[in-house]
Amino acid sequence: MQYHSPTSFEDAAALAAEATGVTRFLAGGTDVLVQLRADITTPDTLIDIKKIPNVQAISRSDDGGWTIGVAVSGAEMREHKELGQDWPGLVEAMDLIGSTQVQGRATLVGNLCNGSPAADSVPAMVAAGASVSVTGPQGTRQVPVADIPVSPGRTSLVQGEVISAVHIPARGSNAGDAYLRFIPRTEMDIAVVGCAINVELDSNGIITQARVSLGAVAPTVLLVPEAADAIIGSALDDGALDKLAKAASAACNPISDKRGTVEFRTHVAGVLAKRAAKIAYARAQGENT
Amino acid sequence: MKKIHVSTTVNGENVEYLCDPRETVLDVLRDRLNLTGAKEGCGTGDCGACSVTVDDRLVCSCLMLGVEAEGKNIATVEGMATGEKLHPLQKKFIEYAALQCGICTPGILVAAKSLLEKNPDPTETEVRYWLAGNLCRCTGYDKIIRAVMDTAADMREAS
Repeated sequence: MQYHSPTSFEDAAALAAEATGVTRFLAGGTDVLVQLRADITTPDTLIDIKKIPNVQAISRSDDGGWTIGVAVSGAEMREHKELGQDWPGLVEAMDLIGSTQVQGRATLVGNLCNGSPAADSVPAMVAAGASVSVTGPQGTRQVPVADIPVSPGRTSLVQGEVISAVHIPARGSNAGDAYLRFIPRTEMDIAVVGCAINVELDSNGIITQARVSLGAVAPTVLLVPEAADAIIGSALDDGALDKLAKAASAACNPISDKRGTVEFRTHVAGVLAKRAAKIAYARAQGENT
Repeated sequence: MKKIHVSTTVNGENVEYLCDPRETVLDVLRDRLNLTGAKEGCGTGDCGACSVTVDDRLVCSCLMLGVEAEGKNIATVEGMATGEKLHPLQKKFIEYAALQCGICTPGILVAAKSLLEKNPDPTETEVRYWLAGNLCRCTGYDKIIRAVMDTAADMREAS
């Protein structure tokens, strides 16, 4: 295994482009090193991206949005008060992953590139409308987070491309997000279903914009526009919530496994969508939930 | 395979070593630096027996490569006592018999110390969640939690 620690994303991309065999980028390592140690994937080339400037930074952009470095850990996101005020759903989704020890290293981009349909932070990023910078041989482009996963364990990135930053939009006023997952115990588990919801309201409490994303109910994390449409134009009354639940369940295409059956996951997706929508809506109204 | 030279700090002392890029911090601590306090339980970040802090951040040393330690500040259970004088958590763990076989104990002590530095007055729920990544198959956790809560109370009184 060749170990590299380049000091720019351009160099990291060039190293990956020239590499033969299996290449992995190393930030927090909470998936890459588990796979290495369990002899699932031993990279021929390991590119540590933590020597690149600003990868550990959380910064507010000029437009009020956020740029999160690719090596920022869940613990660092959790400790960042302003980020948590703007995007509590995103921060709590990341915070649900693993133990305190894992939180000390795990990153948003690692969770995204590991490609699990059950990744907790990915529905939250998708609902937030987040995008990532992808640096490759042709330069750097921005790609919506929703376009990165293509199937379990696979992403749309090609050889020589590396994610170089995460961009979260400006929060805006009268807006809020939330993420909920179902697991059969209280902590330290993988989502059986995850649901993230992000809403914006007008001054009368009517939902003007919404994004609904589901995890663990399809080969990739889903953005469900039909579920968003069910609550847009409403003040989240019971009728809108029922339509939301129906649309969320209808979008599910899950597998049955030891964690849950198709029927269970499909039903729970609707239940979580309702609950997450209520939290996001309350937050959009300024309630501290 | 070509070994890589690493300079780092462990328990306040500057150390240097050569390591294979596949070696973890846990491998380096135990096999190169003879610091065998951190234990390998699972080797995949599930059990917490290998817990150390790196730049004051609690991590599993089995999920970090030795080469990543360059320029970092690592603290292990060996650095908790001052000479023969045990850390209050260590004393309280003995008093409460908060250990049986002892394999998980170094990791739990490091994790608990890290909690109390961030939060000197944790609730029992906060202690339980903080330590959720440290598995103990002997004690049933109750004595561990009570020992941490009582240490926190003592340390608050003393400060």
